[in-house]
Amino acid sequence: MATKTNKAIKISQKHLLGIQDLSINDVNQILDEAKTFIKLNQSKNKRLNVLNGKTQINLFFEPSTRTQSSFELAGKRLGADVMSMNMANSAIKKGETLIDTAMTLNAMHPDIIVIRHQDSGACNLLSQKVNCAVLNAGDGSREHPTQALLDALTIINRKKKIEGLRVAICGDITHSRVARSNIYLLNMLGAEVNIIAPSNLMPKEIEKFGVNTFSDMKKGLKDCDIVMMLRLQNERMTSSFLSSNREYYEYYGLTPDKLSHAKEDALIMHPGPMNRGIEIDTKLADDINRSVIKEQVELGVAVRMACLKIFCE
Amino acid sequence: MKKQYFINGNIVDPHNSISENGGLIIGENGSIEAVGKKVNTNNIPSREKPMDLKGKYIFPGIVDMRVFAGEPGYEYKENFRTLSNAALAGGVTSVVTMPNTDPIIDNVSIVDFLKRRGRDKSKINVYPSAALTKNIEGISMTEFGLLQSRGIIGFTDGVKTIQNTRLMSRIMNSAKDLGTLIMQHAEDFDLSKNGMINSGIIATKLGLSGIPAVAERLIIERDLTLLENIKCRYHISQISAAKSVEIIEERKNNVKFTTGVSINNLSLNEIDIGDFKTFLKLSPPLRTEEDRVALVEGLKNETIDVIVSDHKPEDEEQKRLTFAQASTGASGIETLLSLSLELYHNGSVKLETIIKALTSNPAKILKIDKGNLSVGNEADFCIVDIDKPWVVKKDKLVSKSKNTSIEDKKLQGKVTNTFVKGEELFKL
Repeated sequence: MATKTNKAIKISQKHLLGIQDLSINDVNQILDEAKTFIKLNQSKNKRLNVLNGKTQINLFFEPSTRTQSSFELAGKRLGADVMSMNMANSAIKKGETLIDTAMTLNAMHPDIIVIRHQDSGACNLLSQKVNCAVLNAGDGSREHPTQALLDALTIINRKKKIEGLRVAICGDITHSRVARSNIYLLNMLGAEVNIIAPSNLMPKEIEKFGVNTFSDMKKGLKDCDIVMMLRLQNERMTSSFLSSNREYYEYYGLTPDKLSHAKEDALIMHPGPMNRGIEIDTKLADDINRSVIKEQVELGVAVRMACLKIFCE
Repeated sequence: MKKQYFINGNIVDPHNSISENGGLIIGENGSIEAVGKKVNTNNIPSREKPMDLKGKYIFPGIVDMRVFAGEPGYEYKENFRTLSNAALAGGVTSVVTMPNTDPIIDNVSIVDFLKRRGRDKSKINVYPSAALTKNIEGISMTEFGLLQSRGIIGFTDGVKTIQNTRLMSRIMNSAKDLGTLIMQHAEDFDLSKNGMINSGIIATKLGLSGIPAVAERLIIERDLTLLENIKCRYHISQISAAKSVEIIEERKNNVKFTTGVSINNLSLNEIDIGDFKTFLKLSPPLRTEEDRVALVEGLKNETIDVIVSDHKPEDEEQKRLTFAQASTGASGIETLLSLSLELYHNGSVKLETIIKALTSNPAKILKIDKGNLSVGNEADFCIVDIDKPWVVKKDKLVSKSKNTSIEDKKLQGKVTNTFVKGEELFKL
């Protein structure tokens, strides 16, 4: 019965490359579909056959734990044949270009390719060269659409809405694809977005995205309903973006004191992996009343199932 | 060679302040015998058959100050033969080649090879430049004097910038002593590190690292400050930002130097990059529309002296990659004039100013007797149907590499004939 209603509206895009390309109808369709999978994932029999006979290839050029396993599980639960390729050991190492890899895989007639790549726009390039749908699992510092969708689902699950909420996104915004996708999506769904980062980690002209920017974390957290922390990409420390981890924690680490500036019932989110004691106090991260970090991971599978199902059709 | 007569053309020769309807007579030795309104049917012997240009334009052969030839090392991208064919199709008869080859043009023996190849394989005038520093490493300077005596026209590290201020001042001192022309690509590499496009909203949106305009400005300001005390022939290869135009305008009152701009930066802006078009990954990068307009204004008021093609042939393999991996640069020598004419057709810049920036100005900077239609000079010129509409198609390009930045662009004005030393080497 559920499939019948979903066929009425069609997704506007062939590929899921970024939140930027989606309409609000697309987003609602994905979120509605994902809601139906939450219960399934909690039940004893987690298997559906909607993607029976479909082939899903996961192309991960960058190391990933949660996104890769989440996509793999999502595909398997829907009955697809899932092949995960760790591209570190692939022909890319032998000098093959992304386009040639795409052509090779395309010849095997997959129905969906999930790609994670260190270069911004890699998924766009891939999508131009293959016949199947391409799902972006993170490209460079451009977009990570399924992360934003699962964050939205997590917020809706807890707060019952997004419109009118004030959301703070805090940390290394410059290098963060998660931040960008979340800004687009939260804006689209009617939230007010505060961006908090030291100037060295704040991208140029980000305020043109329609967000408020803060370098003072306490001011940025004021009256927020959601506090979204980002991973401090430690590998960046070498180029003197920051003086030290301890100074960063002092000014931008989420501590109970800083959190007190947000609303009393504010939720803490983090896309993972976390640097405990650098961007977030370890007790806060585990506080079951405040932190929904584990729930994000759980709902991630449901969101990815929804995306696979919708874009496979 | 038979004597040739052209009548009823629109002649634009900024060097001789000619802009009038008239004709051209080419002598048997390939040099210009007469030019201008005095050349008409009344003073041409009746037995001769003059070519009636029917209002088409005659421009001096274009002098392109910034061209990357593939030789030596990258012959698969472009060689002297394909480069000259592409140049001729665009009305370009003289080029300054960049030293960024493999090996780098940084010593006398390579120059001899280059001059020979250029002479044997090329139909146009090739003026090689050499590197400012050995292996363009920015550490120790090359032998300006010796290289110059072998025919090097100017010195530049091409795509690279001298970062070390002390070295730059020493280079300028040597250049002052030897009368050497220095051409600097202005970019502070610490600020532009990993940068791919203009720093700003588009870079943030695409998730690409930016090259801030201030990286260009700092080098310009540094060099012009040094130039106050060390007077040498100094040319800024290309500028891309509004702020640079402003500074140059201001500094021109104190120090003597010249400035170039790429036709890409005059015609396109960062929004054209769209969905990661690697053919528009350029150096300097395309910037905002405000910057572009400021550059056009700078050309118009002659703050900017020269337009270059920044012709950088790259084979498809180097462009069919992610934006981060793709090589930088666009092929552009054969569209340089047509694309420049867009600024005339849309009323932004006077035709004479554009032609000056393409012919006599670069020739003056290079100290070569080219880019003019002076009587007695070698007849390098092109005939242009200035209103002829056409569409750029990469498959139709003559250059060996098809990485044009303006695929499918509708242009107005096309070269129909190009002559070098009085010989017609291109005919549409």
